[in-house]
Amino acid sequence: MHIPDGFLSPEIWVPMWIVSALVLGYSIRQVNKKLGEKHIPLMGVLAAFIFAGQMLNTPVAAGTSGHMLGGVLAAVFLGPLAASVIMASVFIVQAIFFQDGGITALGANIFNMGLIGTIGGYYIYLTIRKILGSNTRKGMMIGAGVAAFIAVVLASAAVSIELSASGIFPLKESLIAMVGIHSIVGIIEAGITVAVLSFVLKVRPDLFKLDKI
Amino acid sequence: MDEKYWVYGLVIALIMGGIISNFASTHPDGLERVAIDTLEESGIEELTEGKEVVNSPMSDYMAPGIENEALSASIAGVTGVLIVFLMVISMGKILKRNKK
Repeated sequence: MHIPDGFLSPEIWVPMWIVSALVLGYSIRQVNKKLGEKHIPLMGVLAAFIFAGQMLNTPVAAGTSGHMLGGVLAAVFLGPLAASVIMASVFIVQAIFFQDGGITALGANIFNMGLIGTIGGYYIYLTIRKILGSNTRKGMMIGAGVAAFIAVVLASAAVSIELSASGIFPLKESLIAMVGIHSIVGIIEAGITVAVLSFVLKVRPDLFKLDKI
Repeated sequence: MDEKYWVYGLVIALIMGGIISNFASTHPDGLERVAIDTLEESGIEELTEGKEVVNSPMSDYMAPGIENEALSASIAGVTGVLIVFLMVISMGKILKRNKK
């Protein structure tokens, strides 16, 4: 759901740029303070995996496809702020090198597909984990799966709201369509998130011991 | 970076971007679908024509100057994965070196 340049009105894309820039500025400062040697390869490989994953569109409904986002996945490993930084990196590379998502729209795209998941999704995940048992595998997987689903659906709603506020989509119809389609995408996202977490938990559980930033 | 797990992860990402991407669905994604249904292709073109802020070298994940579409897409995918990986690693190293 990368928004191209030309869809959003300045009244929308400018504030979204400012919000994303502020959050990222803060995130980078925090990463700078707390980054450990062991975080670096994990950040790199997660960013690479998420970039690649976002290329793999799968059909979800008649004539429509969807792709994973990866924000919650990144946040579970790295914490919300470090995850925000790597997600933003993915979107920046996509926009500049591949015309996937606009530059004026970059703030909105980072917010919608990144920050909603890395921050909002992360706290949903933590809350569910706390309710189900903080150090249980079940708590982690259910929390991450539910959070990933919600993040995708909220992202699609945000896109719809921004485009309707920009005057190019009718709000109710686009909200129904976007949320409808992305409820299916969200299930796939939850599945991928849980699958990756389960796999890494089995082969390299120590990677989850890193301080979350 | 003396850990080796990241190599496996990177290889997986490269396979995803370089090979599996060629089998990805070409259907429009949710946003594109809603845009087509709401605005029609002509409406979309009107809004986006000439609005690109940068001229991306590999628009739509196609490497320039390569005839074979599958190869072009593979090269774009591999290049993108590497760019992202190196960018994040470099950023990490710089941030760590200048730790406040």
